[in-house]
Amino acid sequence: MRFSIYRYDPEHDAQPRMQTYELDIEPAGNMLLDALLRIKDEQDSSLTLRRSCREGVCGSDGMNINGSNGLACITPLTGLKQPIAVRPLPGLPVIRDLVVDMTPLNQQYKSVEPWLNNADPAPEIERLQSPAQRAQLDGLVECIQCGCCSSACPSFWWNPDKFVGPAGLLAAYRYIADSRDQNTDARLDNLQDPYRLFRCHGIMNCVSVCPKGLNPTAAIGKIKTLLVKRST
Amino acid sequence: MKPVKRKFDAVIIGGGGAGLRAALQLSGSGLNVAVVSKVFPTRSHTVSAQGGITAALGNVTPDNWHWHMYDTVKGSDYLGDQDAIEFMCRHAAEAVIELEHMGLPFSRLDNGRIYQRPFGGQSMNYGGEQATRTCAAADRTGHALLHTLYQQNLRARTHFFDEYFALDLLRDADGYVLGVSALGIESGEALVIEARATLLATGGAGRIFRYSTNAHINTGDGLGMALRAGLALQDMEFWQFHPTGLPGSGSLISEGVRGEGGYLVNNQGERFMERYAPHAKDLASRDVVARAVALEIHAGRGCGPNGDVIHLKLDHLGAVLIKDKLPGIRELALRFAGVDPIDAPIPVVPTAHYMMGGIPTNLHGQVVMPARFGPEEPVPGLYAVGECACVSVHGANRLGGNSLLDLVVFGRAAGNHIIETLRDNPFPRVLPDNAAEAGLARLARWDQSGQGESVAEIRIALQTLMQTHCGVFRTEALLRDGLTQMDALETRLGAVRLTDTSRVFNTARIEALELENLFPVARATLVSALARTESRGAHAREDYPQRDDDHWLKHTLYSRDGDQIDTKPVRLKPLTVEPFLPKERTY
Repeated sequence: MRFSIYRYDPEHDAQPRMQTYELDIEPAGNMLLDALLRIKDEQDSSLTLRRSCREGVCGSDGMNINGSNGLACITPLTGLKQPIAVRPLPGLPVIRDLVVDMTPLNQQYKSVEPWLNNADPAPEIERLQSPAQRAQLDGLVECIQCGCCSSACPSFWWNPDKFVGPAGLLAAYRYIADSRDQNTDARLDNLQDPYRLFRCHGIMNCVSVCPKGLNPTAAIGKIKTLLVKRST
Repeated sequence: MKPVKRKFDAVIIGGGGAGLRAALQLSGSGLNVAVVSKVFPTRSHTVSAQGGITAALGNVTPDNWHWHMYDTVKGSDYLGDQDAIEFMCRHAAEAVIELEHMGLPFSRLDNGRIYQRPFGGQSMNYGGEQATRTCAAADRTGHALLHTLYQQNLRARTHFFDEYFALDLLRDADGYVLGVSALGIESGEALVIEARATLLATGGAGRIFRYSTNAHINTGDGLGMALRAGLALQDMEFWQFHPTGLPGSGSLISEGVRGEGGYLVNNQGERFMERYAPHAKDLASRDVVARAVALEIHAGRGCGPNGDVIHLKLDHLGAVLIKDKLPGIRELALRFAGVDPIDAPIPVVPTAHYMMGGIPTNLHGQVVMPARFGPEEPVPGLYAVGECACVSVHGANRLGGNSLLDLVVFGRAAGNHIIETLRDNPFPRVLPDNAAEAGLARLARWDQSGQGESVAEIRIALQTLMQTHCGVFRTEALLRDGLTQMDALETRLGAVRLTDTSRVFNTARIEALELENLFPVARATLVSALARTESRGAHAREDYPQRDDDHWLKHTLYSRDGDQIDTKPVRLKPLTVEPFLPKERTY
């Protein structure tokens, strides 16, 4: 199979370039990550990428694959048009090859204070939550922070410092939706701003790329609704 | 160039569940804590834990921690230290409740309490009917736990050194551990972190095997550091082979599948676990089930076109339950095996999964070594928690759901002990100028360029060797042959050269440093497996098929110097209750 992979080493390259690799690999049963690691092992140890769990739960290997963001470890080689173009996640500073600087995403994530706030004394047992209340968190808690969504979002490209972005907003709504959390008002205050939430124009790139099948746009819509309700 | 120097009250190496739980305890008490992790913390392997965390909450069936303790002792094939097991099981409920209060999104029962599912080796009333003890967030409990702990650490303002690779422990002439040397992966620059307490939470080393459920990052870095510091590793012959890994990729298929009612069948369609474990069947201990699966395949009763897998059947559970309680498993089966478990069985094989052995500690997480006053004297300033540690609560075989519990119970305990120790010893010792030399020299070795073999070639050869010579069943001949081959491989390691000379995010160099950690872990495993001439828990010797309590009811201690094996007694005396004395282990 043929691959065209984005290469950039700030120590040696003035400009990024695309490098072509040929690899003898059976597409059936193999993922893109398998191919990339074989290229690294067998042909070019300098090819640089992040990887950890290799099963789509750690979020290390988000990258741009034939023009669309996804995780290399759960993208089957079968069905990918050749040469397979592999680039770093767009809109983020490139450190080297397929490794990007995730700091803007992490900062925004932190800015929504993604932790439970409950001022009541802790009971001896668990805080009760009905299965229906817990179901409100389905589709929110599965986020793996791979960055595929925010780096596919033009609003985030323009304002990574001011717009929280789909990943961060999903995390914000995850705690708003949690029946155990008591901080909804403060959480909404934190987002009531022309940029932080409202730069989302609902183009849904985040939804189409999310490797976990989550829907940040829907979560953002729910936050907007809550803000509207609160002001009336 | 002199490395940058930073100073903290405590440094934690590893950002998985154990490291983050300890860090939270320390940050919460107002100490200055650094977490050094070679990956962004939520990429740690805890994230892959699926089925759950065990605690006798009794939300579904009657339960208490004594029964949990009995099951854990029995599951360990009586090699677990009963004081540590009592400590873990006693504190399990509060540790889980605490996680819930932090926001961990557990699945729920109709009455609003935490959902629990049955797991292997769990019983009511000391060996009676199946218990339902594993607390779950669907089948993504590790992910939920790790993200919750990471979030809590953000709140507590823990310092994170993300993508820093720890090189070696810093010590003074008296053997006090005073921090760690590290490499900034992005910058390529060395860093010296001085600390009054150092905690290793570097996780497992499943990547010594060719087929493993473990993440690529599980390379035993903390174990390598401990061995290089002259410390011993305990019970390294005990590696858990999980009965249900996916062939090829090695991805884990949770025991929770069998907990929810799935079962294993051979090519005759026979539910064969009824023969091997008439009472517990598919929910026998993992070592028992893994051996049964291997034997069925070996006897020609394997499934699939090559007869080299066994089928895990769960289609009878129905789409609703599978989608609600096992969504991650369905995703993995669809992606990596091409089957939808709603319609068809999942092909599985025994796959290297968990290291029961590790760096010996006491139940405060203090690393202990044989010294002047006995076999278990604390190494000042050094702690270890989680899979890299051997406390030992898992003994010869870990029960499912006990590893996440181990992380949080002992992560917290170690944190508490560090807090007290630092309070009682407010004055730091002086860090010798040359303390980081060894680690930096190791780093410099990889600056040599030129022609040589590649890291990948040697790594794959090592993994293949371990897979062949140290798998589910072992013999003296097989192990000896493996050790001879390992000597040759280690010689080749010396001739390996890197072709990537960049300083920036040089993952080739990181893989070389990881390989330097995989080797001593693999060697410790082979040597310990050769020494233990009995079969116990996960260590199955075909030439010594019986458990031998007269000679081997004791822990092994491997030291790198001369491949030496020492032993120390199992702590059979619990903290407050009566001991569970060794008896025949059947399920």
